[in-house]
Amino acid sequence: MEYTLRLGDNALILGQRLAEWCGHGPILEQDIALSNIALDHLGQARMLMNYAAKQKEDGSTEDDIAFKRDIFDYHNLLLVERENGDWGKTVMRQFLFDTYNYFFYTQLLKSKDAKLRDIAHKAIKEITYHAQWSAEWVIRLGDGTEESHQRVQDSLNDLWEYTGEMFTMDAVDEKMVAEGIGVDLNPIKDLWYEKVAEILDMATLQQPEDGWMQSGGKQGEHSEYLGYVLAEMQHLPRMYPEASW
Amino acid sequence: MLTVADLGIVREVKFDGDQPTVVITPTYSGCPAMNEIEQNILQKLKAEGVENAKVKTVLHPAWTTDWMTEEGKRKLKEYGIAPPEGSSADKSVLFGKPKQVQCPHCGSKNTQMVSQFGSTACKALHKCLDCQEPFDYFKCI
Repeated sequence: MEYTLRLGDNALILGQRLAEWCGHGPILEQDIALSNIALDHLGQARMLMNYAAKQKEDGSTEDDIAFKRDIFDYHNLLLVERENGDWGKTVMRQFLFDTYNYFFYTQLLKSKDAKLRDIAHKAIKEITYHAQWSAEWVIRLGDGTEESHQRVQDSLNDLWEYTGEMFTMDAVDEKMVAEGIGVDLNPIKDLWYEKVAEILDMATLQQPEDGWMQSGGKQGEHSEYLGYVLAEMQHLPRMYPEASW
Repeated sequence: MLTVADLGIVREVKFDGDQPTVVITPTYSGCPAMNEIEQNILQKLKAEGVENAKVKTVLHPAWTTDWMTEEGKRKLKEYGIAPPEGSSADKSVLFGKPKQVQCPHCGSKNTQMVSQFGSTACKALHKCLDCQEPFDYFKCI
């Protein structure tokens, strides 16, 4: 179940982050694009949380999973909870994650877990569009004006230390890989580095040196940002537990 | 009227004795219409005198625009939405080669993609360079 939650939490928290842009995008088309992508992430989160709730076998629902867990029970990568910042930072965060997500879900298509496999088949179609969209924007901003280049380079430098966690295998990953359910992150890492280098090169951006990498999100140790995300997302169902529409 | 069967959302109807189960599948993971579609199917069946129908949502095999009927594509076009072009097996669009989509208003192929993401998850935003009208294109997935 924890493995399912990790995937679901990545989708939910990133979807919630992107939803903050709704009504604030730089132009209408891109506002709509981000809302679309946010909706895809939320849809994927629902499928995964619905599955996690069933795996829990205690009558929990997808809403319980999303709204009744606190920070330490969330298992998303630190990268997805990072603040939106400016447009360039949101785009860069999305690119770093989408590229990972694309290779990850491509492998998840082969999972021995039928439900995860079905979800992957559904999600990969959407993720492919996301990955293309964010790569295009990284190129446009990186190879754009001096200002856009500098901003997106700064974002890349800021976010780089959160990329290491994507490829760090812990006991949960090892177990899931051994059972043929999960994805081996080592080959994903190579594919990711290759693709990222290719796009950054086209974007005339400088790939940062690998230094010390942040970790802990998958195990429930988060940055202060996640508390604010959850506070906003969970406020209504926690204040009015019976609310429905 | 464009129906859920035209769109390929209804996959099959199974019978357990005299109890029908309508199997549906979402177009996109986050499609907000799924609940509405389920309710409408049940209401319609009820109105037709079928009280014990059930609706089941399946994810696999994942929905594809290939399941859309020719009739469905024609109706979309009449409504002003360009139907998906070609087969989903053609992935060239995902590598920066947008398909030549025909304008549903004037029929011109001199069109341009404005954004891959349109007014709903399943559509992209295009514009016609001849009649200058913007239009939605049902993405081929």
